[in-house]
Amino acid sequence: MKSIKPLYLLLVVLTFLLIEGALYLAFLYAPTERTMGDVQRIFYFHVPSAWVAFLAFFVTCIASIAFLRTGKATWDRLAAGSAEIGVLFVTLVLVTGPLWAKPVWNVYWSWDARLTTSLILWLIYIAYLMVRHYTADPERGARFAAVFGIIGFLDVPIVYMSIRWWRTLHPAPVMGGGGGLAPEMFRTLMAGILAFTVLYITLLVLSYRISTLQQKLQAIKHSS
Amino acid sequence: MQKLQFLFAAYSLIWFALFLFLLRLARKVTRLEQLVRRIEEK
Repeated sequence: MKSIKPLYLLLVVLTFLLIEGALYLAFLYAPTERTMGDVQRIFYFHVPSAWVAFLAFFVTCIASIAFLRTGKATWDRLAAGSAEIGVLFVTLVLVTGPLWAKPVWNVYWSWDARLTTSLILWLIYIAYLMVRHYTADPERGARFAAVFGIIGFLDVPIVYMSIRWWRTLHPAPVMGGGGGLAPEMFRTLMAGILAFTVLYITLLVLSYRISTLQQKLQAIKHSS
Repeated sequence: MQKLQFLFAAYSLIWFALFLFLLRLARKVTRLEQLVRRIEEK
């Protein structure tokens, strides 16, 4: 990590400290939930993972719009990096959700609205990454992917609203109606969201740096 | 209801996946920076 600039190091250290704090709160500060017991503590990183995935896809959508309007490769690189991170976090949601569901609902998976729309979201952005990767002409691939990134984002509000629009097994939303979390639980959740948001920024900065360096290498190859 | 194995599995998977992803990005940045520097020095 010798060549990594101070900004990255600062971000990594800040992320580490915030995650340590969030872990402390999740295991030692937040009270044990009465009906689910300790397994409910999955919530403190399951919800922040979903938040970061939504944020990442929002950034992809905005950067894709900016790319289609301006044609600048910087927007495309930002969109691609953010989508990749979003896929990572949706994967975490789809893995931690069933691990929480099994002891509570007695099944790992149920084809209910929230779970199904989340799986569709994951598939949409896997397809987005495949479009980028497998299109022979990179410029055309970037434009296809930008359209995909904008249309794909339509699933995010559907995932969020699914527990209001349909009857599901999934718990009520914590923010924006219902929930009724104890103040300690709410603070712990907020700490998790903050830590994961800073982690997202760190990953995005690194990912953007990689695509910038790759472009620089290509420019050098073309010029020589 | 305790079932701590699920809690343990979920947290292990989260941190393992995040660590691997961060490590992959950091190594790629380092490798590309070295490559660019080497080419520019030539």
